[in-house]
Amino acid sequence: MEIPYTVEQRPDTGLANGKLGIWLFLASEVMLFGALFSTYILLRVGAIEWPHGELSVKLGAINTVILICSSVTMVVAWAKLKLNDFAKGRLYVLVTVVLAAVFLVNKYFEYAEHFAKGEGPWHSTFFAIYFTLTGLHGLHIIGGIVVMLYLAGPGAGLWKKNPEQYANRVEYTGLYWHFVDLVWIFLFPVLYLL
Amino acid sequence: MHSDPEAIRKSIRSYGIVGGLLLVFTAITVAVNQIHLAVPVAITIALIIATMKGSMVASIFMHLSHEKQWIYGALLLTVVFFIVLLFVPLATVSDTIGTPIGR
Repeated sequence: MEIPYTVEQRPDTGLANGKLGIWLFLASEVMLFGALFSTYILLRVGAIEWPHGELSVKLGAINTVILICSSVTMVVAWAKLKLNDFAKGRLYVLVTVVLAAVFLVNKYFEYAEHFAKGEGPWHSTFFAIYFTLTGLHGLHIIGGIVVMLYLAGPGAGLWKKNPEQYANRVEYTGLYWHFVDLVWIFLFPVLYLL
Repeated sequence: MHSDPEAIRKSIRSYGIVGGLLLVFTAITVAVNQIHLAVPVAITIALIIATMKGSMVASIFMHLSHEKQWIYGALLLTVVFFIVLLFVPLATVSDTIGTPIGR
């Protein structure tokens, strides 16, 4: 059975189904992270004192730079596919995966340092919300890596059968990836700097 | 969405420029943090810069600057519910505002 509107636009929405689907998914993600940001504000406003300087600004800033670069490589991957350059498109997807992995390695060192000092989620309200927010964000990074590896590996066969649909899949993955970057853009100042 | 090859090549250049600007804004955020401003001022500046960066990612990388009505509609609804969500916790404490803690 052929799934309709994977490439062509629906007459009622003017969109391919995947595009509307990923945006609705991202809307639900906004609510998920929104609930946690709301929790953070409530906890912080209600706290008598709030720790400052507990986290490594250097590592946080490096991870911000890494995610911004990965967003650029992801959108360029889609653009290269639209220019019918499959090799470069796939290469940029793989570069994005590498950058995402470097982000996680940095995060691992950061977590390890805190756990070594006994600063786990049980340590304080600050570390509880820090690990919840960054842990959930880290899971999203892992999810992105899995999808991108699929697109660059076994899923790449679709390019031969239907290049437009393959480019669309990379675009939708890119939308998700930019959202993950966007969340970090707010997490970095809120947790590391303020 | 662009389908003209020349327009896509121009887009790639703009992605690079926006990426560079995002890195500059990140550096500014960290630099402002080193000045040790008063907490309300620091929060305001950091959130303004983060909002600017977020807008650039959404409008350029996520192509929201030229999307279809349905996407804008879905996002408008999300913004409304997000604002409601942010204020829900306030409802849980609104009857105790002004009451000394521990009484």
